[in-house]
Amino acid sequence: MYRSKAYGRWLFIGIAAAALAIATPAAADWALDFPASATELGNKVRGLHHLALIICVVIGIIVFGVLGYSLVKFRKSQGAQAAKFSHSTKAEIVWTVIPVLILVGLAIPTARVLIEMEDTQAADLRIKVTGYQWKWRYEYLDHGISFFSNIDDASNAASILGAGLELHEHYLRDVDKPMVVPVGKKVKLQLTSNDVIHAWWVPEFYVKRDAVPGTINETWFKAEKTGTYRGQCAELCGRGHGFMPIVVEVLEQDEYDAWVVGLTAPAEPEALEEPEAAMSQTAPAAAGGASSR
Amino acid sequence: MSDTTHEEHHDGPHASGMWRWLTTTNHKDIGTLYLVFSLIMFLVGGTMALIIRTELFQPGLQLVDPHFFNQMTTMHALVMIFGALMPAFVGLANWQIPLMVGAPDMALPRMNNWSFWILPPAFLLLLGTLFMPGGAPAGGWTLYPPLILQTGDAFPFVVFSLHMLGASSILGAINIIVTITNMRAPGMGFMKMPLFVWTWLITAYLLIGAMPVLAGAITMLLTDRYFDTSFFLAAGGGDPVMFQHIFWFFGHPEVYILILPAFGIISQVIPTFSRKPLFGYVSMVIATSAIAFLSYVVWAHHMFTVGMPAAGMLFFMITTMFIAVPTGVKIFNWLATMWRGSISFETPMLFAVAFVILFTIGGFSGLMLALVPADIEYHDTYFVVAHFHYVLVPGAIFGVIAGVYYWLPKWTGHMYNETLGKWHFWLSTIFVNILFFPQHFLGLASMPRRIPDYSVQFTEFNMISTVGAFGFGLSQLLFVWMLVKCVKGGEKASTEVWDDPEGLEWTVPSPAPYHTFETAPKV
Repeated sequence: MYRSKAYGRWLFIGIAAAALAIATPAAADWALDFPASATELGNKVRGLHHLALIICVVIGIIVFGVLGYSLVKFRKSQGAQAAKFSHSTKAEIVWTVIPVLILVGLAIPTARVLIEMEDTQAADLRIKVTGYQWKWRYEYLDHGISFFSNIDDASNAASILGAGLELHEHYLRDVDKPMVVPVGKKVKLQLTSNDVIHAWWVPEFYVKRDAVPGTINETWFKAEKTGTYRGQCAELCGRGHGFMPIVVEVLEQDEYDAWVVGLTAPAEPEALEEPEAAMSQTAPAAAGGASSR
Repeated sequence: MSDTTHEEHHDGPHASGMWRWLTTTNHKDIGTLYLVFSLIMFLVGGTMALIIRTELFQPGLQLVDPHFFNQMTTMHALVMIFGALMPAFVGLANWQIPLMVGAPDMALPRMNNWSFWILPPAFLLLLGTLFMPGGAPAGGWTLYPPLILQTGDAFPFVVFSLHMLGASSILGAINIIVTITNMRAPGMGFMKMPLFVWTWLITAYLLIGAMPVLAGAITMLLTDRYFDTSFFLAAGGGDPVMFQHIFWFFGHPEVYILILPAFGIISQVIPTFSRKPLFGYVSMVIATSAIAFLSYVVWAHHMFTVGMPAAGMLFFMITTMFIAVPTGVKIFNWLATMWRGSISFETPMLFAVAFVILFTIGGFSGLMLALVPADIEYHDTYFVVAHFHYVLVPGAIFGVIAGVYYWLPKWTGHMYNETLGKWHFWLSTIFVNILFFPQHFLGLASMPRRIPDYSVQFTEFNMISTVGAFGFGLSQLLFVWMLVKCVKGGEKASTEVWDDPEGLEWTVPSPAPYHTFETAPKV
């Protein structure tokens, strides 16, 4: 018996040490929390998350504290004698009413954020987002711009079973053509899908909405800072679900205007009046990419 | 595996060998069948989980193709829910409910046999889909169309197998309701029933309410695929989101089906090892009923990103948050039961205490998930994976394990090996946290669920989680070893087994004779 105990302990220490040894040298990102928000609304959502977390931690400390105290103090081996009580109306009312009050206190600020989140009116820019197995298509309804956004070639090559290639910094979170939007403008997304349900998600915008065939869903974001923001499809959509990244490039207004002009200038083959025409021209090109999965 | 050794120790049954187990109508035999089946499925589903965790050990695809990965996530869930957890609870119900209410057997013994023997062929079909052209279902256990309609030849087999599992559950539930309602010993009023019996009665009603809804949903999937209907196909005027509403109208009661009997077990174990009566019996019954009722009006909280009116989201958020109140009442009642008790830490109690702590952690993340704006960020990430595994593994499964350790001496007549039990407990509890706690961080850092490969910033926590998975999985082999040893022999268990426990099951000898309570006991 003692022998097996000793073996078990060494086994456990070995596993723990191996876990640390494997994990530590690779240490790059030990993020423990939601990412910093790139939108004002995202900050509010992040605040709600923190509020809820703090409430849970405080309740946890109290509940587990009482439990721990009981387990130490009322042990039979310490000679504890069992009391006989099995009911206390007063205590039961207290621990029913207090949680109700806490929940109401939590529900009110949450409802406020929700209502703000659902207000898609007065948008500066509208983009139709269509999910495909396994790529995204972005149509700028105000400019007649339309293009597909596929996983980048480097990620695509490295993600083949047993490829063993070097994984770059933005592995599986990079695309050939990102969505481009101006900073500080309310961008309304109108989401739908061509085949199965997908979900468009950029974590730093705190926006996630399903793209459902036959339905147009709406959501919005207003990026406060220029930069590149990365996300990916968040609804299981088949074999290539893990391989349909989303990248949003947030530019200054003048840079954005230049980007629009670059795509809509008459000589440009990708400048298309008709979104439908865009699909037939762009689809074969895209078929070589992620859709080969 | 252990059933072959088990049978030699019985002298009650009239048939022998395989024929006995095929034709038995004895609640103890059928309980054993359910429990052994559940254990095998637990190991099968666990193996699938280890394949998933091995692929996720580091970024890049090393082991499996993405399509096979999706088959594993789908089958892992179906096997664990319908093969491991539900049969485990029905097995415990079969063994314990007649013993606890003082009945000679279940009310409908032939139906009881039938409800078990539907299971093995159903799982033969389900697991067989792995070898069919196009592979097993790969659209997630939630079966969302249109994706699930892209399943290969396996599709009708999956639907048929789920129909069989549903029928088995409904038959089991009817049997349990009839037994509890009609066969209690004289003097045992409803408000004198042990909590395990109460929670199972409520669970059985949930099953009868929920399983037919699943049957309807999957039948509509079948006709959409083969008979040109368009219930869920946008091109024909249908709505894929309607499926999600119907599915979760089944699915949310289903998650309470998976936890309420565990609540019952914990409510039996904690008083015994605290040597004190259960605190707040009446409020326990009310809280369980309230949870069951609320479980029917919260379903859309699984769908906050699907595009619903804000008022709808608010409604489902508030109903969901209010589940925290009766759940809290249960936790507080367990604490109050231990308060000023005389506590000892045999293995069932260890698992029960871990249940209270770790289930509460799962409850906390559940409350956070109820908050719509935050849920939109948590939705379909590893935060959700961490949440439901906390309530299902150190929640529901620890509940089952606590129940098995608690009643095993009554079933086998032998005490289990306490040292092995304690090792099993400590290794399971440590590794289950190494396995699932880091997944909270992965979710917050935005790793989606159901992906076979991930970007490099998620590497560290995935590695830790995989180490935990192997530790947890291997620890369960100790459980199997303990079970085999206990069935084969060991220290003789007394009639009471524990220190003055409450309940009729502790008035019959250990092992419980093949036929018990042929004349009803007086309560």
